[in-house]
This record gives sequence, C-alpha cells and structure tokens, in this order.
Amino acid sequence: MSTANGLTIAAAHDLLKSKQLTSQELVKDCINQIEKVDGTLNAFVYRGFERALEQAKKADDQGDFSNPLAGIPYATKDVYCEQGVPTTACSNILRKKDYVPPFDSTTTARLKGAGAISLGKVNTDEFTMGASTETSCYGVTRNPWDTTRVAGGSSGGSAAAVASDQCLFALGTDTGGSIRQPAAFCNISGLRPTYGRTSRFGVMSMASSLDTIGPMCKSVEDLAIVLQAIAGQDPLDGTTGSAPVPDYRAALTGDVKGLRIGIPKECFIDGLNPEIESATREAAKVLESQGATIVEMSLPHSPYALATYYVLCPCEVSSNMARYDGIRFGHTEPAGDLVEYYRKVRSAGFGKEVKRRIMIGTYALSAGYYDAYYRQAQRVRTLICQDFVEAWKTVDCILSPVTPTPAFTVGAHENDPVAMYLEDIFLDAQVMAGVPALSIPAGFSKAGLPIGVQLTGKLWGEADLLKVAHAYERATDWHTKKPVIA
Amino acid sequence: MANLSTDDVRHIAKLARLDLEEAEVAQFAGQLTSILEYVGQLQAVDTKGVEPTAQVTGLVNSLRADEVRAPIATREGLLGTSPLPITDHQITTPSAHG
Repeated sequence: MSTANGLTIAAAHDLLKSKQLTSQELVKDCINQIEKVDGTLNAFVYRGFERALEQAKKADDQGDFSNPLAGIPYATKDVYCEQGVPTTACSNILRKKDYVPPFDSTTTARLKGAGAISLGKVNTDEFTMGASTETSCYGVTRNPWDTTRVAGGSSGGSAAAVASDQCLFALGTDTGGSIRQPAAFCNISGLRPTYGRTSRFGVMSMASSLDTIGPMCKSVEDLAIVLQAIAGQDPLDGTTGSAPVPDYRAALTGDVKGLRIGIPKECFIDGLNPEIESATREAAKVLESQGATIVEMSLPHSPYALATYYVLCPCEVSSNMARYDGIRFGHTEPAGDLVEYYRKVRSAGFGKEVKRRIMIGTYALSAGYYDAYYRQAQRVRTLICQDFVEAWKTVDCILSPVTPTPAFTVGAHENDPVAMYLEDIFLDAQVMAGVPALSIPAGFSKAGLPIGVQLTGKLWGEADLLKVAHAYERATDWHTKKPVIA
Repeated sequence: MANLSTDDVRHIAKLARLDLEEAEVAQFAGQLTSILEYVGQLQAVDTKGVEPTAQVTGLVNSLRADEVRAPIATREGLLGTSPLPITDHQITTPSAHG
C-alpha cells in the first residue's frame, strides 16, 4: 500500500482537511522514505526532522488546514536561507564552519506563513553552478530512475527528492535551466517563473540579472499552489515586479481551444536525441487534440542564447562570489595579511567549477575585453528578447524539448566543461528574455529514462502557461509514473 | 579568438584573488580557452545599433518608503556567523597592511 508521502499537495490537503490524515503521519511517511532511499540517492544534505515533527504536531494540534500548504512537508535547495538551519550552497567555503543564517529568505518565510513544513536542505551543484550536482561538496545526487545516472542540476537534490516521494514538493532555483533540466531528468514538473515574479531575498545569488526561484512538484496543480504562496512583490528584493498575482489554480480550466502553440524550428538540432524529438512532436499532437493550433515558428537568435549565458553568467558570478571572503561567514585560514587571507580562503573554499566561472568572468570583465564579451553579450541578449516579442504576434505559448538527451551517466562530462554547458542548450533563450517556462513529464526513452517537454509563456503569463501544461497533463499519465529505486 | 597561456591564467587568478596549483593552471588554460572559443561565436552576430540589455521586465529604479521597520536579524545574529574573533561588535580581520 502506498503511503501518504506519494501524494500530491492537492490530494494530501484534501485528506488533512477532512481529518483522514494528520500532518504528523505525512511527515513521518516522508522521513521513513528518506531513511529508506536517500542513502542511495543522496538528495538530502541536512535533515531537520526533529523540527519538522514539532511543526507537524503543532499543525495537528491547531487543526487549521484551510491553507492548501498547511501541514505539507517540503525540501529546500541548500541556497535558501532558513533561520537556524545550516545553509551551505553545497560549498566547502560555507560548510567547514556550517553557515547558520540568522534570518529567513522571503520565500521560506512565506511558506512558513502558509503552514508548510521544511524537512531540510537538498543537494545542488556548488552555488548552483552545474547541470548534474556533481560539483556539490557532498557528492552527486543519483537519479531515482537509474542510479548510475545524474538527477540533473543544479536543483538535482530537489528533483530526486520529489521524484522519489521523500517530500511533497521542493524549492529550486533556475538561472540557466536548473529547475527545468533536473525536473525533466526525474519525471517531475518544474517552473521557472518570470524574472522578478518570486523574491530572491535570502537566496544565495549566482547571476543576479538571470536568477529566479521556483517550485518543483508532482503535478501542474501543485506548481500553481506553491507559486500562489510565493509569488508577488517583496520590498526586500528590488527586482520583484508589481504585476498583480492572479489566482493560478483558477486558470487550470483545461480549455486550450484556439490557443496557438509555436514549435521553434531551431530546436531540432543535430544533437537532439530522436526519442526526445518524437516525444516533443507527440506532445504537440496531444495539445492539438485538445483544440490548440500548432504553428511552426522561429526564434532566430536562440542558438546564441547558451553562448550569451556563458558570458553574462560568469561575469556576474565573479562579482557575486566576492562576498565569500571569510570575514562575515564561512571558511577561515591563517594568513599574514588581508589579501593573502582572501586568496587562501577562496582557494581552499571554492571548488573547480566556481573557480572556472570566476576566472572566465574576471577575464571577460577586465580592461580591454569588456566590450568584446560582456557588452556584446548584452546586445545579443536584446536580440533574443526581441525574438520573443516577435513570436508573441503569432503564438500564445511555445513548446520545445527540455534537454538534448535523457539523463547522462555520473562522470560523463567530468573534464569537459563545454559538454556540460551544452546540456542547457534549449533552456537559455527563456533565461535571456526573463520569460516563464516549465518542464513537465512527457514520456520515457526505450531504456526507461524520463523525457520532459518545455512550455514557455509571456512575461508575467504564468497563469496561461500553467493552463496549457495542465491541459496536457490531463490528457496524459506520465506524471503519475513512479521510479523503483534499486 | 582567445588562446589563454598559462601566464594569462596566472594573471587572471591574481586579479581574481585565487591561488592555483600548477596542475590547475595547465588544466584551466585548456578549459578556459575552449569556453572562450565557444562564446566567441557571439562576435559573428551583427549588433550594430542594438542597445545592451541588463534588465528585462522594464524596471528602472525600485524605491520604497524610507521607514524604519523591524529588523530581520539581530546584530549578534549577524556577527555570530563570522569565523573570526569579535571585539566590541567588530570583526577582527588580518591586517590590511601586512
């Protein structure tokens, strides 16, 4: 018999509200599953079970389950600050003396206010830099569908934890694809919201003009529930927008009649796995059968998005990582003077990929190279934004693959950073334009590995985007498939 | 476009306040060169007359009322995360003058 940890948020909420399930039972089921499977998967890097059980008891004692997230256990990527909970970005620079934040991120505070219960911290590539969680100082998170393979990244711990029912949902971050790619690799749903739709206050920054935070869930309805709780302007994050937050669940009508869904021709590149190509075309047919119109279209500058990303991101990384100086928090080393101290702390604390990006960014921003790299990339970014403005004249939503291949094996890209970067080839045009995009389950390869499809919407258009995703999900059952963890 | 030598790598590391071991210097020279080759494709894009983009949702300045509000963390809480000695609510760092 399946236990409560396998439920969606919506299903668990119904049972909590009708008193057929207690929050303590739900939390205990998640803890049991973590203890059963996470020795193999390595998703959780900090387990806050005692606190979670206390909060669950409190929720049961109060008995108020009117909020859809009340009493619901979740996992947080290890870059969200939670007061009193170790938060290390899976980096030795914060791990050696565990950083314990004295404050909450806006998002975890909002979830706390809604009554959700944090089970602990889950794995990520170091400071979210990677596509496989292999750069984490805690080691790789394994894919629940095939433990010789990666769960994706950087939000690989979040994806693996949700896919293996260790929690009901998880928080991720998406700078260059870090929610959507692991969601696709693990057969769950993940949403990158519009830039500025969700607050990043208290979430460790990677590339500030690109960073977003969002939910990773077992259904589209659950994405809507979590987004509802975390979306909206935040005085502590000046990049959040004032656009009103609509009722996301109310948008899930299943009605996509007359909607125009574009398929960009640039997606069908040589390196695209044929099984992913056919899953994408199959998804288009499903939406067509629901009454949508499929339109062939073009995003002419999208092939440059990844290169644009790998200029802008490292430049912003080289600036953001400067705060890890061993003074206000983190690792320390004996040193004779301040500059030596910075060098020793940073050299000992940062891993290879973080150093690589700091080096690339430092080079690209240095005198004589700024215009050629950073400025040119920002100009190409403008062209990519204009592609989307053009696209919205003929389509309402864009359908494309998430990844060029299903999950790869651990170590496959170990010494080839460019091969690792190419994993995000379909994910970065959206990043450049700041538009929302999500990944939803869309089938399996012959070898049994999950395949996702990506839907992209207009700025602030999460409600319409979720509507299309929900209509697709209703017509398919991929999202209900669960892995058997070997 | 760019072919980084080991000397270039050492220079960038110095600017970036990183100490690299010799093996890392050699590895980074190759890897950074391949990354720069990949991003070099941007040079081929015609961007004449195109304004650069840094912000995508149209925000220019984001201001809020200048009001005192409850702090989200205490002074002790913020100082408590430092790995260095604290004296009179100040962090004692290694000397800036050597």
